[in-house]
Amino acid sequence: MALELAELVTAAKAGDRKAFEELVRATCADTYTLAYRLTGKEEDAQDVMQEAYLRAWKGLKRYRGEAAFTTWMYRITANCASSHLSRRTRDRHDRLDDDHVLADDRLDSDPEARAGAASQRDRLQSALASLSPEMRSVVVLRDVYDLPHEVIAAELGISEGAAKVRLHRARRKLRERLFPLRGEDNEERDAHAV
Amino acid sequence: MRCEQVAEILPDVVEGTGGASSQVFAHVDSCLRCQAELAQYRKLLRALRHLRTEVLEPAPGTVTGILAYLEAAGERGAMRLLLTGHRAAYLGGIAVATAAAGAAGAIVVASRGKRKMRLAG
Repeated sequence: MALELAELVTAAKAGDRKAFEELVRATCADTYTLAYRLTGKEEDAQDVMQEAYLRAWKGLKRYRGEAAFTTWMYRITANCASSHLSRRTRDRHDRLDDDHVLADDRLDSDPEARAGAASQRDRLQSALASLSPEMRSVVVLRDVYDLPHEVIAAELGISEGAAKVRLHRARRKLRERLFPLRGEDNEERDAHAV
Repeated sequence: MRCEQVAEILPDVVEGTGGASSQVFAHVDSCLRCQAELAQYRKLLRALRHLRTEVLEPAPGTVTGILAYLEAAGERGAMRLLLTGHRAAYLGGIAVATAAAGAAGAIVVASRGKRKMRLAG
């Protein structure tokens, strides 16, 4: 029978490598999901996961159990994703401004996903993928994972005010994309026509 | 208030923490366009929260890859520790040897000095 997460954490903190491996197995789907939602790319999500678990293993002694282990992993993953995306941007010398569009490679490569893109969920995924990594991180951490503003700001290395501004702009962009009002629809059409 | 002003605040109002004034709510109550927009934000928020229930499975072999990466990182760390330890021991050995040689030299010099004094006496 699988040990409860709390027992695994206690054992892993005592240096039990096998217990930590079990923790990785038990939480990897959740961690991957967040990493994928933050980066928008499978390859990047895997890199972020590796880094996140390495940091978790090294920093496990500092985990005091005030929050659930999964929440602690979310914070580490968000921090790793932020560093990873900044590093990638620096390496490629391409500026990711607020209107930068990242393709959702799952939608591109998966014919079934493409066929079902009309559904609301897929439209939402696509709208999220269209946000800049900076805006997407904030809206995912706040509106999907319900992390407090101060935690999001701390893990992304920005001020709480900046996190709130990004959230505001991200929600507005998502709303405009998913439910365009008449004027916005025309603007979008005009933009496409140019 | 005008719709444009209210529209600026709606993304925060939807969460209930935007600190919107009673003027904003009064406008929304009387404006169908802003009511519709607020309803869209609420729908968006519900859809985003629903994403939390969806879990994506990583590609097969991902966990094995992570465990191998942790193993390799652990070995690198152990190797670094070992090398650092060896280096410290090496430097420590040199220091001890230097101190011992210095002490031996001092003893020899001191004993020669005593012999010279005895011969002179």
